Amino acid sequence: MTAVANRIPRELRSPRVRGAGFDVEKVRHDFPILREKVRGRTLVYLDNAATSQKPQVVIDAISRHYERGNANIHRGVHFLSEHATEEHEAARGTVQSFLNAEEASEIIFVRGATEAINLVAQTYGRTQVGPGDEVLITAMEHHSNIVPWQILCEQKGGRLRVVPINESGELLLEEFQKLLNTRTKIVAVTQVSNALGTINPVRRIIEMAHRENIPVLVDGAQAVPHLKVDVQALDCDFYVFSGHKLYGPTGIGVLYGKSALLDAMPPYQGGGDMISSVTFEKTIYNKLPYKFEAGTPHVAGAIGLGAAIDYVNGLGMDNVAAYEHEVLTYATEAVAAIPGIRLIGTAREKAGVLSFLLGSIHPHDIGTILDQEGIAIRAGHHCAQPIMQRFGIAATARASFGLYNTKEEVDALVEGIQKVREVFA
Amino acid sequence: MSDLRELYQDVILEHSKAPRNYRQLATANHKAEGYNPLCGDHFTLYLDLKGDSIHDISFQGSGCAISKASASMMTQSVKGKTREEAGKLFEQFHKLVTGQANGNQADLGKLAVFSGVSQFPVRVKCATLAWHTLQAAMEGKQEPVSTE
Ligand SMILES: Cc1ncc(COP(=O)(O)O)c(C=O)c1O
Repeated sequence: MTAVANRIPRELRSPRVRGAGFDVEKVRHDFPILREKVRGRTLVYLDNAATSQKPQVVIDAISRHYERGNANIHRGVHFLSEHATEEHEAARGTVQSFLNAEEASEIIFVRGATEAINLVAQTYGRTQVGPGDEVLITAMEHHSNIVPWQILCEQKGGRLRVVPINESGELLLEEFQKLLNTRTKIVAVTQVSNALGTINPVRRIIEMAHRENIPVLVDGAQAVPHLKVDVQALDCDFYVFSGHKLYGPTGIGVLYGKSALLDAMPPYQGGGDMISSVTFEKTIYNKLPYKFEAGTPHVAGAIGLGAAIDYVNGLGMDNVAAYEHEVLTYATEAVAAIPGIRLIGTAREKAGVLSFLLGSIHPHDIGTILDQEGIAIRAGHHCAQPIMQRFGIAATARASFGLYNTKEEVDALVEGIQKVREVFA
Repeated sequence: MSDLRELYQDVILEHSKAPRNYRQLATANHKAEGYNPLCGDHFTLYLDLKGDSIHDISFQGSGCAISKASASMMTQSVKGKTREEAGKLFEQFHKLVTGQANGNQADLGKLAVFSGVSQFPVRVKCATLAWHTLQAAMEGKQEPVSTE
């Protein structure tokens, strides 16, 4: 989306001008669904941590692919196949620059963060973790960064260990240091917590783990929509995210891995495209990234994800981050001021998420009442039940923000919460 | 707001804040767990069955206003009833909250306040969780029941 980039003067896209280069009203026009009415009211969409809405450019890129460019890739000799292959690989290049990976072949297209983590657990994990070995995760992981490791540990007789967090939802780094040992084969940690919004100091975590020669997988599902990510600066070994939380389509996501690690890993699934030759006696696997991309991939998805990344790049991730920080700070203050509110997740560094409780009112009831006002939030355990157990609660109400949310929408949320209080008065 | 008022009727809010028969039951000879994985609602239901009839019943746990009020009012309405009568009541209740009431729901009595649930399809599971758990307890199932 170079058109958007061109409309924003370069000086305003500088990270030093906090939010100044960001015209949220213009941005909102790019998202057709924001004009929809729900229950007769203007949609206030605050469930971005579950999935984000899509800008027109993403919808158009997908339609254009099916209308004019559809063919299978890597196998046709004809024009369309060549064209589709080029577009698919261009999207890989877009992801590579977005994450600042050294090589495009380090970008593996998968279904989403979940599949990426399962892939690493079942390839790297299956070859590296043996009886008595340990996988180290944290108390604030999404189920998708817990269960694949549990399955691995069950298969291999390994042991899952968990870094605890404090009352505000921050990792205890001293405990992390103590848990690292010679049996630790991999550390898997989320960069931003989907239930608490905590931004973890992954750079430091990686440094600490690397000092013991332990590789680190970073779950970036909730980070890439809010922060600029540079996998080389982080020096992470694996990085995963989902397209649909980054204004792209569902069904497409990314596994980044350092090429030396990916090269040494066995394939995940077998099939077409992941081989370079097959006989019944022996199969030679394809080179990276194709070794991990068995079968016909989600071509339209990759193209849509590329368009989504072009879109956020056009706005400037630094501008997005600065603007969102402003909205989250505003929301945190406004919601915290409501009598009876208890915020869950009050880390110093946060992005995108405001989890709360209201007196003894169940989050499900809060969600239903807000929904009547056209306000979409999530109520529940957010696929992070261990966090709920950590705070001794069953669920929270969660408002989660994207780049198109406004302070007016925060005001609507606050009014909605007041309605909840009235109903339960 | 009108649909909301239909859902959160005063009687329901009152029961959710001060649930009846909310305790363990020392004399219980049947017990079951009910769980709604979507929202984390979790109840334990205690039953004292004498022969074929529900001599005493109680529950404990946590859940939303709808599920808690439903559990509370259910315990009141099935106490003293036979298993069969309780089963029939559930059938009528289920029709009520799923919007299939056909005028044959006279036995429901106070439970009629849950009619507003039919406008909120995602909340049907909240309203019926206690009833599913009751069924499990009467059948003596060992597995926790889940709404999923
Ligand atoms: C932190 C985190 N990791 C992983 C995931 C899984 O993403 P997906 O369901 O797109 O695979 C999510 C989704 O909610 C998440 O929030």
